[in-house]
Amino acid sequence: MTQKFSILIVDDEFVVRDSLSKWFMQDGYKVGTAENAAQALKMMNEGPWDIIFIDIKMPGMNGLELQKRIKEIDPNAIIIIITAFASVDTAVQALKEGAYDYITKPIDPDYLSHLVKNVLKHKKLTDEHIKLREHISELIMGEELIGESPQIKKVIELAKTVAPTNTTVMIRGESGTGKELVARLIHAHSPRRYFPFVSVNCGAVPDTLLESELFGHEKGAFTDALYRRKGKFEIADGGTIFLDEIGTISLKMQIQLLRVLETKQFTRIGGNETITSDFRVICATNCNLEQAVKEGKFREDLYYRLNVFTIFIPPLRERRSDIPLIANYYLKKYATMMHKPITEISPEAMDMLIRYDWPGNVRELKNAIERAMVLAKPPAILPQDLPIHPIEEEQPENETLEAVEKAHILKILNKTNWNITQAAKILGIDRVTLYNKIEKYNLRRDRNT
Amino acid sequence: MTSPKLNKILIVPIYPVDFSLVLTLVPSIREIFKCDVILDNTNHLNLSSAYDSSRYQFNSTKIISILSEKFNNFNGKVLGVISVDLFIPVLTYVFGEAQLGGKISVVSTFRLNEIAYGFQENRKLTEERLLKEAVHELGHNFGLLHCENYLCVMHPSTSVEEVDIKSPYFCNDCYEKLFWQISSKFNDYHDGK
Repeated sequence: MTQKFSILIVDDEFVVRDSLSKWFMQDGYKVGTAENAAQALKMMNEGPWDIIFIDIKMPGMNGLELQKRIKEIDPNAIIIIITAFASVDTAVQALKEGAYDYITKPIDPDYLSHLVKNVLKHKKLTDEHIKLREHISELIMGEELIGESPQIKKVIELAKTVAPTNTTVMIRGESGTGKELVARLIHAHSPRRYFPFVSVNCGAVPDTLLESELFGHEKGAFTDALYRRKGKFEIADGGTIFLDEIGTISLKMQIQLLRVLETKQFTRIGGNETITSDFRVICATNCNLEQAVKEGKFREDLYYRLNVFTIFIPPLRERRSDIPLIANYYLKKYATMMHKPITEISPEAMDMLIRYDWPGNVRELKNAIERAMVLAKPPAILPQDLPIHPIEEEQPENETLEAVEKAHILKILNKTNWNITQAAKILGIDRVTLYNKIEKYNLRRDRNT
Repeated sequence: MTSPKLNKILIVPIYPVDFSLVLTLVPSIREIFKCDVILDNTNHLNLSSAYDSSRYQFNSTKIISILSEKFNNFNGKVLGVISVDLFIPVLTYVFGEAQLGGKISVVSTFRLNEIAYGFQENRKLTEERLLKEAVHELGHNFGLLHCENYLCVMHPSTSVEEVDIKSPYFCNDCYEKLFWQISSKFNDYHDGK
């Protein structure tokens, strides 16, 4: 047997548990037994179990109720009901509620043997299917890192060079430049590629939950911990963990993270067991970490631990030659997805795309093409379909001072994505003055920007 | 100085059984396990406690307990051979049962005989089937698990057709495991001294 499968037998009769477990142990399965529902629920923590046999008639909680509880803990659990001929109706009800099959006592050995083999074959195929889907999605994601500019070629080259090593990589760049794609590229070219790539957006998870997200928790560790959960570090065993927006984590988490990076060991929240995991760390940030270190917001030792090999991804405005390539890539992608016969971007529209500054980088360009595809009429995307404001031409000399000021303020507001504080800083005025100017010129945020 | 031979297998006919059938096992098992095979034909066992009147069958686990008690002091493996229909509580029938990595096993000729399937008796075929199942159960006694190689004697058989497909011999992998067991654990723990 190449893979060791596990079977849990829940029955109040000793002879049934004993006979079945002996029978399965001869086949090399790992076998667990429970004499009642409470014990079975406890044993769910010792799983995962590939197949769970449940006797339908047990004192206390019966098999049907137990099945319901197990499905709450593990919705994919494969349950086989054991029943006497007299209670076949109940077994059929169990099937309706998600049991895989039922067997009647005494069990035909031939049937039992075939049933178990079929279940495990089915499970193996399902697991492989899930893995393949994940792998394909990774490959698809990898394709999206596109560009032919020297800058992006350098990024790809660096990623491929560092990939085979175990070095911690820090990816830096503005929001939307494709930091996760570079991380996936490194993983895909590393010896760890057949193991998981686990991504954690540290900025999107509240600090209190981040600890559980990264290290996992034991059942009952806190109010909502209904069952044991593996953390991302544990899941990433053998593979790569990508910590996005690393600059946002709290000082308390920074200490814990530093310890894990040093020892590769941790315990789940509420647990005593020390878990060792072999993972590679890639992290990303768009903050100025050096400044954060100076201000005491980011630990210096963690900064040096993470900042071993840095890859900078240039913003899109610094590699404008890639814009047509990326725009056409998404054009084809969304045309296929939306079944729209739009085959090109008109020269005027392309010119607008190239001249625009793209503060949101590739992500913004991708969204702009997607929106344009909705509005555009075949066969091409025209300038009016694009939800962007091109970089303003030089103001004609006969413009009034007010008109120039209005256009400039609007430009800065759009550039900063209407971040009033940031815009006021660039314009050299205070926020109140900026609000007054917005009011005065009746400036409104365009939904498309 | 030559070391004493320590490996022993005791074959116990449990009546009612066709003694001449049991006799055919001795040379073959000696050849396959490369050890001493002794035939016990002096003991009669009382199997009444193993009989289940509601199923008209004998509980093989209980027979193993009876054998275990009786041959408690024997240093070696004990194989009981019987001709009645055997069961374990969860299954409708079994061809035999063994203590995995233990000392005792039992095998029945009942479902190995063509008569059980409405055909004429084929003695040669019954002998072959009995040997395969006896070697299989003894294999379990030596700690072997079921094998996926359908020709290996350790391949599980839930029907007589599966018994017929496999050979009475171990595949290379099982053979290696068996002789590791025989040369180490068996000698260590079942030393007759």
